[in-house]
Amino acid sequence: MIEYLRDWFWTYIWKPLPDMPFGAWMETFIRWARDAWAAGFDAVDAGLEFLYANLADGLLWLPSGVMVLLFAAAAWAAKGWKLGVGIGLGMFVVAWTPYWEETMQTLAMVLVAAVIAIVLAIPLGIAAAESRAFSAVARPVLDFMQTLPAFVYLIPVVMLFSVGVVPGIIATIIFAMPPGVRLTELGLRQVDGEVVEAGQAFGASPARILVRIKLPLALPTIMAGLNQVIMLALSMVVIAGLVGGGGLGAVISGSLGRLDIAAGFNAGLAVVLLAILLDRVTQGLSDRTPVARAAELAR
Amino acid sequence: MPAIEVESLYKVFGKGARSAVSQLEAGVPRDELTARNVTAAVIDHTWSIEPGEIFVVMGLSGSGKSTLIRMLNGLIKPTSGTIRIDGVELGSLSARELRRLRREKISMVFQHFALLPHRTVVENVAFGLEIKGLAKAERLERAREAVELVGLSGHEDKLPAQLSGGMRQRVGLARALAADTEILLMDEAFSALDPLIRQEMQDQLLDLQGALGKTIVFITHDLNEAMRIGDRIAICDGQVKQLGTAEEILMHPADEYVAEFTADVDRTRVLTAEAVMEPCGTRDTSAFTTVEPDVPVNELYEPVLNSRSPLLVVDDNADPLGVVTPRSIIKSLAPERESAGAEQEAQPA
Repeated sequence: MIEYLRDWFWTYIWKPLPDMPFGAWMETFIRWARDAWAAGFDAVDAGLEFLYANLADGLLWLPSGVMVLLFAAAAWAAKGWKLGVGIGLGMFVVAWTPYWEETMQTLAMVLVAAVIAIVLAIPLGIAAAESRAFSAVARPVLDFMQTLPAFVYLIPVVMLFSVGVVPGIIATIIFAMPPGVRLTELGLRQVDGEVVEAGQAFGASPARILVRIKLPLALPTIMAGLNQVIMLALSMVVIAGLVGGGGLGAVISGSLGRLDIAAGFNAGLAVVLLAILLDRVTQGLSDRTPVARAAELAR
Repeated sequence: MPAIEVESLYKVFGKGARSAVSQLEAGVPRDELTARNVTAAVIDHTWSIEPGEIFVVMGLSGSGKSTLIRMLNGLIKPTSGTIRIDGVELGSLSARELRRLRREKISMVFQHFALLPHRTVVENVAFGLEIKGLAKAERLERAREAVELVGLSGHEDKLPAQLSGGMRQRVGLARALAADTEILLMDEAFSALDPLIRQEMQDQLLDLQGALGKTIVFITHDLNEAMRIGDRIAICDGQVKQLGTAEEILMHPADEYVAEFTADVDRTRVLTAEAVMEPCGTRDTSAFTTVEPDVPVNELYEPVLNSRSPLLVVDDNADPLGVVTPRSIIKSLAPERESAGAEQEAQPA
């Protein structure tokens, strides 16, 4: 009986099916897009390259010793002197490795990608919070962006933008954006309905309720999203290094090829210390939002 | 012109709301609709509120009172029926006009205060004025006045989290008063507060009302509270079960539903000499101690016990209205409907 079913299934369902075409469709679409929107891709390429190059040059403009102090000062300002000292020590270790320049390049890449991801994510998160339909459509797309292995979308991105730093940034934006959208939506949906109702009852327009009530109240959650975006962006650097992204990613993929444990460990340590810097500073900033400070006072 | 006028107002939630209204009009009971996942929150309300009146809507949870108050400022659209604010029908207004009406005519106080946690007391109070578009200096000035009015001077620059519940609700009240609207909607405004604080807030509201003369719609599930502050009370369970003054409801409950509520009320605070007096008959009343008709019963105990004769209730012109005896007081305190009926017959025409 089971064999009969299997044969039936094979003869009438599997065999007549053509080869799975989704991949081929995607390829056709990407090739078509490359030609049809060439000018657009060139403009994006040039724009991102410009942002990245200038930011990286800016970070490397001052000697590493001065930059270490500046990072320590930023951490102090964001949280307190303890964090300032810790970050100062961490960045000193980074400057001690031979990879200061690569670290600053990686930081520039992460910052460009994270800022663009956040700029895109917040309006999308607002739209998802305001419209159930939009949210229902956005959710699977975000899942797709976040879980599709990064190498897979690196292929078309490299095809569209050629190798270099830009495909790395694009891949990073795609991978890092979803938590920004999700946490913006979550933060806005969690705003106390009665407070929103108070805004309506006093005759505030929807735009005003968004800007004056919902966004300030959602800000701590949105900041947590920003933190997530930055951390995910940093986790993409190695992969970006594979496609000629430069920075620490290039060092790490290079040492993988040469089985150079020392170089790989040094570069890896720089990634970790950079991650701690970015995480603690953004967390310090989110503790300083007015709502978070009010909650702190209440305790 | 009434400040608020409501005519055959219905609000039904769920599928087929419109047809549910015609069924309700035809007399289908509310429970039958509930079984079909259609919730009739407000059924056939027709009443009006005069300027300066405190109108209390009293009902248990699920009686549609929160829905009702949100229809009065257009946050919820009625399924059918009309609402007029100062003669203007809400249904005829665009979203923009409706927002303007809320800014200028109606403000609201919420059960859980609904304050912005990151703003100071005075900034919260100024919220309505900010939406009205007042310049910062002026709105803070007026907000400070409102803060003083509710007795929170000295706390202007604190955050809501640093205040107690009663103080937070004073901020909510000040915010509504600062908006300087004629109509004040209060949605279970004191229900989240401790009993003592609640009484304090009720007294303060009555004091403020004496000075300001707003039109207040007050929602509560507590009949004692309703009787304390309401000029008139509407007891609701979907439809209005009874609408009248505290005394009318206590003395002549319209049905079993209302009578059950009134059983728990402290009648001695609500009933007055006028409500419990008996006819003078042919007695010679010239030597009797006199009382005014609006003295509550709980202030009559001592004079009744200390006087050898009944108390004589007299009006402003010192004309006798009736007499109060210990017996008439005790009789009025018995909650049975039968006695309420007997009382009615015994009262002078």
